[in-house]
Amino acid sequence: MASLRLKGISKRFGDVVALSKVDLYVEEGEFCVLLGPSGCGKSTLLQIVAGLTPQDEGSVLVDGQPIDQLTPRDRDVAMVFQSYALYPHMTVAQNLGFGLRMRGLTKNMIEKRVLEMASLLGIQELLNRRPKELSGGQRQRVAMGRALVRRPKLFLLDEPLSNLDARLRVNVRLELKKLHEQIQGTILYVTHDQVEAMTLGDKVVVMKEGRGCQIDPPETIYERPADTFVATFIGSPAMNLFKGKFARSKGHLIFFNKNFSLNAVDVPSHLEGADVEMGIRPEDIKVTHGREKTLGAKVEMISNVGAEKYIHARIGTTSLTLRAAREAFFQAGEMISLVIDPLKLHIFQKGKRVE
Amino acid sequence: MRKFLKKLGFFICITLAAIFSLAPFLLFVSSAFKTQTQVTAIPPRWLQAGSLEFFHSAIARHGILQYLMNSIIVAGTATLVTISLGTLAGYALARLPRRLAQMILMGILACAMFPQIAIAGPIWRFMRFMGWLNTYQGLILPYVSLTLPLAVWILSLFFREMPEELESAARVDGCTRLGALMRVILPLSAPGVFTAAILSFIYAWNEFFLALLIMTDPLKQTMPVGIALFQGEHTIPWGEIAAVSFITTAPLVLMVLLFQRRIVTGLSAGAMKG
Repeated sequence: MASLRLKGISKRFGDVVALSKVDLYVEEGEFCVLLGPSGCGKSTLLQIVAGLTPQDEGSVLVDGQPIDQLTPRDRDVAMVFQSYALYPHMTVAQNLGFGLRMRGLTKNMIEKRVLEMASLLGIQELLNRRPKELSGGQRQRVAMGRALVRRPKLFLLDEPLSNLDARLRVNVRLELKKLHEQIQGTILYVTHDQVEAMTLGDKVVVMKEGRGCQIDPPETIYERPADTFVATFIGSPAMNLFKGKFARSKGHLIFFNKNFSLNAVDVPSHLEGADVEMGIRPEDIKVTHGREKTLGAKVEMISNVGAEKYIHARIGTTSLTLRAAREAFFQAGEMISLVIDPLKLHIFQKGKRVE
Repeated sequence: MRKFLKKLGFFICITLAAIFSLAPFLLFVSSAFKTQTQVTAIPPRWLQAGSLEFFHSAIARHGILQYLMNSIIVAGTATLVTISLGTLAGYALARLPRRLAQMILMGILACAMFPQIAIAGPIWRFMRFMGWLNTYQGLILPYVSLTLPLAVWILSLFFREMPEELESAARVDGCTRLGALMRVILPLSAPGVFTAAILSFIYAWNEFFLALLIMTDPLKQTMPVGIALFQGEHTIPWGEIAAVSFITTAPLVLMVLLFQRRIVTGLSAGAMKG
């Protein structure tokens, strides 16, 4: 196991900037997730760490040592590919043992390690099959095993769950988490699925257009998104964002736009008069029947996802989404009163979070 | 009913096409197994008791085994060299940027378009200059250069279809680029490699013109030249020619039938998701 540091990694393909000055530190044994929409450069970053694609600028360090000059085979990293990339002409056992064979282990050693790995993953009875005789989940397991059996310094996983069907994905995700606790490996994991990122990562890197927008533990990413992109990318349904200004009223700064105003607490005074965006997560807006100061909204549509409901409503011309309990009953066109917790507001100025 | 007629028409067309291409072949096969008197009989008889008379005379009197050996050496070596070079070139072209690779492939194709007669003279002069007339390499080299374009095309198109992730996996697992090519990409491209190899081999095996030009020494001549030079001033030994033609063709047919089994498409199925 080893630590990984990326220093100012940049990469362009022709005129397209794939990565621009990405810095990252992954501790030994840490599970780090690269999360972003497709085309944000996360897979390219993984390829650069593996040595499959050379970077234009910057440096990759493992345990403090630069490995930029090393070929993929000398970097001692293992990779799991989205397509699994199992060798179709080899049996499962040969697939698992291939990396060990290339590294010159003895036949007995290889057999022992392959058997160990097969029993860890519960695929002993598949050892003599070929990849095409396996189900999707089994292939995924073999692909994981092929990486694990090598005991490399670093695991690189490129959307390893995206080809599994939804139910299997949840199971494998849990197993992966357990497996990481068991082996304590350093993992760099690429995904576009925020649930995977939030549940698996010790640390999540949210990427957009070749940049790391925020690098933090999942809780921080969710509770204190660094910018409006992170704020709306993480969380489902997405955070509500309202454009408006702060104005002073009775000594307090109050957020207002053309349809409503909101009380906020601890707003830095320099925001007075500035254009801002106010972010509120759907679960921080409540429907009320009490007497507090409320916002009147008109229900437009209800999305029922089973465990809870989401209400799409409108205050004047401003649309917003809020979460309601499963039992809640509303009808389109109905007027409701909303309260918003002033402690749960996210303020962004020019796209960046203001504390 | 219409479906039946359609099928019948299809069947008739196929049969006619088969007869058309197989008739000459059947003629010399049947002639090869006749005796001297049967071969000139009028009207010709198709089915005869198998006689090996012509084979015997071809081998004993005309020294056909020497030709056979020359052919095997020349065509075999040319094919090996073509496939080795074609694999490396085809792989490089499959991984180069698409546009650049396309340009190079077009260039290679253009090279293959020269009529043979136009390059025969220069080749002969070059071989004389090298002192390679009547040597195996004197024939192998031109065969390699003539079969390489097709081999490079076939192989590069095949390699291009190979998912790059497989190769990346092999490299991360500890292979060099060449190692990944040899251990993973090449085994999976077996159908393409066999196709290229068979086509190259058939070309080199059947080539007549250059062989006639470069190999003037009967001890170095290949089968097609040998057959052509069978006829003396006054006689045309049809029977022996048929027998030798059979010996020349049989290995090719056998090879294609054998490799057909190995040309299993979908060998790479199951590597990827699906």
